[in-house]
Amino acid sequence: MALTTEQPLTIDKPRSSGRPAARRSNFELYSWLFMRLSGLLLVVLVLGHLLIMNILDDGVHRINFGFVAGRWASPFWQLWDLAMLWLAEIHGTNGLRTVINDYARKDATRFWLKMLLYTSMVLILAVGTFVIFTFDPNIGD
Amino acid sequence: MASTSAATADVTERAGSSRGGGRLYRGDLGMWSWVLHRITGVATFFFLFVHVLDTALVRVSPNAYDRAIELYKNPVVNLMEVGLVGAVLYHALNGVRVMLVDFWSKGTKYQRGMFWTIVGVWLVVMIPGAYFMLQRTITDLFGGN
Ligand code: HEM
Repeated sequence: MALTTEQPLTIDKPRSSGRPAARRSNFELYSWLFMRLSGLLLVVLVLGHLLIMNILDDGVHRINFGFVAGRWASPFWQLWDLAMLWLAEIHGTNGLRTVINDYARKDATRFWLKMLLYTSMVLILAVGTFVIFTFDPNIGD
Repeated sequence: MASTSAATADVTERAGSSRGGGRLYRGDLGMWSWVLHRITGVATFFFLFVHVLDTALVRVSPNAYDRAIELYKNPVVNLMEVGLVGAVLYHALNGVRVMLVDFWSKGTKYQRGMFWTIVGVWLVVMIPGAYFMLQRTITDLFGGN
């Protein structure tokens, strides 16, 4: 929308009387905070993961089933991957929710894009968690 | 927007920064750092979707997993991995910068300097990082032994 010269580029101050106080929930505040807290943890989890899997020691070229089996034999890496899965997936989903809110123009579009998004989140969390918990190093035997 | 007369708003125009009649906001450094943050975040999210599913193949059979992982070792895909690591690294560094702007009392004052700092850190990590990631692919492609 083009801004015309008639519209002042100002809005009321947060607590001025012209502005409705109604704020039904603090959801957006918690969401904002979650992006920052999860981001902080993800710095260690994700950058550590990328360093180990892609850069150190021949990187991706040494990864195969046996390599995964070796790592997931340790509860430490299982827990690492589980935490990374949940935090990254929820952080990313919440980020995409913001992006959809920004760009979807129709309410229906926005609604269905978010449904698609949340469905994909549930799917990825379920599949990922299931795989970490039920991994069987002897599945090939 | 920049053509709005100064009488109606308290917005300072950056002199000489708007060509083309000044109707398009072409942003400041802060806008571009945000655009990059958004693009890298969305791209990483889509990659994560694929990556959880390919890893899930360990539940199918060692063979199925190994075949999927072979794909990641392909030279072209290997190059894309450098892009992915670069994107995630930028997003992480800029994310920390965003947090510092939000929570540190001097954050807004130094946001510009912090941007150039993360660009520096990014280069310092990515140059050797890209080297290690591509080393094997390059020797495989162009020989040696
Ligand atoms: C590695 C550590 C990470 C850090 C420090 C980090 C930090 C942040 C922060 C602070 C925000 C909020 C920005 C704002 O409110 O303006 C954000 C947004 C976002 N992040 Fe991350 N993040 C990280 C990893 C990830 C990962 C792994 C994904 C993908 C799964 C991701 C996807 C997103 C998306 C889609 C947004 C929304 C972007 C927007 O609204 O423009 N981030 N990130």
